[in-house]
Amino acid sequence: MKSTRATQEPAWVRIVLLTVGLGFLFFFLGLPLVAVFVEALAQGWGLYAAALREPETLSAIWLTVLIALIVLPFNVAFGVAAAWAIAKFEFRGKSLLITLIDLPFAVSPVVAGLVFILLFGAQGAFGPWLSAHEIKIIFAVPGMILATLFITFPFIARELIPLMQAQGKDEEEAAVSLGASGWQMFWRVTLPNIKWGLLYGVILANARAMGEFGAVSVVSGHIRGETNTLPLHVEILYNEYNAVGAFAAASVLALLALVTLVAKTIVEWRMKKETDMLNAVLAPEKT
Amino acid sequence: MNAVRKTLSTLLFGLVASAALADATLLNVSYDVARDVYRDFNPLFQKHWQAKTGETLELRQSHAGSSKQARAVADGLEADVVTMNQGNDIEFLADKGLVAKDWARKFPNNASPYTSAMVFVVRKGNPKNLKDWADLAGPGVQIIMPNPKSSGNGRNAYLSAWAWALRQPGGDDKTAQEFLGKLLKNAPLLAAGGRDATTTFMQRRIGDVLITFESEAEMIAKEFGKGEFTVVYPSLTMQTEFPVAIVDKVVDKKGTRQQATAYLEYLWSKDGQENAARNYLRPRDPELLKKYAVSFPAVKTFTVDEVFGSAKQAFATHFKDGGTFDRVYVAK
Repeated sequence: MKSTRATQEPAWVRIVLLTVGLGFLFFFLGLPLVAVFVEALAQGWGLYAAALREPETLSAIWLTVLIALIVLPFNVAFGVAAAWAIAKFEFRGKSLLITLIDLPFAVSPVVAGLVFILLFGAQGAFGPWLSAHEIKIIFAVPGMILATLFITFPFIARELIPLMQAQGKDEEEAAVSLGASGWQMFWRVTLPNIKWGLLYGVILANARAMGEFGAVSVVSGHIRGETNTLPLHVEILYNEYNAVGAFAAASVLALLALVTLVAKTIVEWRMKKETDMLNAVLAPEKT
Repeated sequence: MNAVRKTLSTLLFGLVASAALADATLLNVSYDVARDVYRDFNPLFQKHWQAKTGETLELRQSHAGSSKQARAVADGLEADVVTMNQGNDIEFLADKGLVAKDWARKFPNNASPYTSAMVFVVRKGNPKNLKDWADLAGPGVQIIMPNPKSSGNGRNAYLSAWAWALRQPGGDDKTAQEFLGKLLKNAPLLAAGGRDATTTFMQRRIGDVLITFESEAEMIAKEFGKGEFTVVYPSLTMQTEFPVAIVDKVVDKKGTRQQATAYLEYLWSKDGQENAARNYLRPRDPELLKKYAVSFPAVKTFTVDEVFGSAKQAFATHFKDGGTFDRVYVAK
């Protein structure tokens, strides 16, 4: 119904809306992206490549990837478990759990970082104990992983909860009644049903993990070649009047974002195809 | 192909290898534009130390805003040494018990191995003919400087103008305050920090003059080209210090006091001083200052201690809530 009405709008309305939409996208998304690459290459490919081969930049890239690689499996495990519990079961405190999952979205990343300092910093609650046992969390990689984990953990759960709720628990009940064990049911029924949604969540969480600045900046300590991630490195290079270095590092981040975007589009397309197929199968029953 | 392989191997093994080979590791926590200075200084010291003791040292650097760095050290960032751009930040660590109370006397020259001066950066050829502080308060001039409330750079600019006004015939605190009021009327905005002010002036091309460090003017030249602006030395300006200190709590725990002390002392060696000069910071060594006279024209300077007692006192009088800055500056 909606689609027929939209096409009945006069042509000029459509053209104006399209121009406004595309113009906005061009100025706020397209131009900055182009600017990053133009600035990075402003002094030629040679300097660009040299900027990327700086050991400090390489270690920033590596650390960014490493943090994402560690954070994502945790997020997958947590996200699936939380979404499973929320979508398939009724229990007391469920709405509290949902609120807690959303907490990282509501809290400013800088505040999140400060919370870790308050907990694990030298003057924090666990600080003296940690330093007595030679355990470094803040201003070291573990702290940065914790901060990133905190910031990104709602993404997968948030993606899966509506999906799993929509799917209901009929299929799982059928599997159990046919004699499947818990794990069999999970691997053969639940996981195949949510795999595209899960992947979508992973991609979003990954994009955020690699791009996170605020929380990580607070707990990083900015040690060159050791606790600098790409976003932090970009800022510091820029502040040092090293524009080529800063934009070269930024271009790597932008490339990662573009790859993420393509992956996201593919996953979205697959998800839509599957739901369409599902609807086609279910349609006769519903009428 | 070779480049790719090299890149990958650096990625994977670079960190591990360098950390494993060293006998001891020092972390130098520093302000944000000091990277080049210490990147060039560290290999000099590593060589010196190896020749002297046979020990291989690994030197790490951390750079961000000076006050943010001091905060991080207080919160547990394990710096063996701190090299800052304001005494206040080390004072803060001394108050927290991480640095000796008499840190400024542990090394020569108020524990500041090199200095810089506050200068005017004006548009190419100085079209508005800005020569001294008085010109900056004149009609139709726009000045760009960082906010003194949040930036050391901005505080230095403010105090330089204040000290100049004090030294004028008949100058006292009252006339100085009036002058600052006039000067700040010419500031269309106050930038968040030094880098922000530079971007405003150079890239957005707002304002006729940028007040900044002499050393920073050289970094601006690196990015925007030397011909893009002219540096003007006012008749009196602040000699800014870059104090260094050992973080006692950390070196005692790690057992690196000897290395950390030698590291900082080496900043005053011929090599250390020449390295500072090459990075546009005024060396303390008078001979080197002469040798690099082209980069460092003679300029009449004052230190904060001379005019304001101490950095702490200057801060309390001028920049605390309700200080002179709050009284003279009317936000636009």
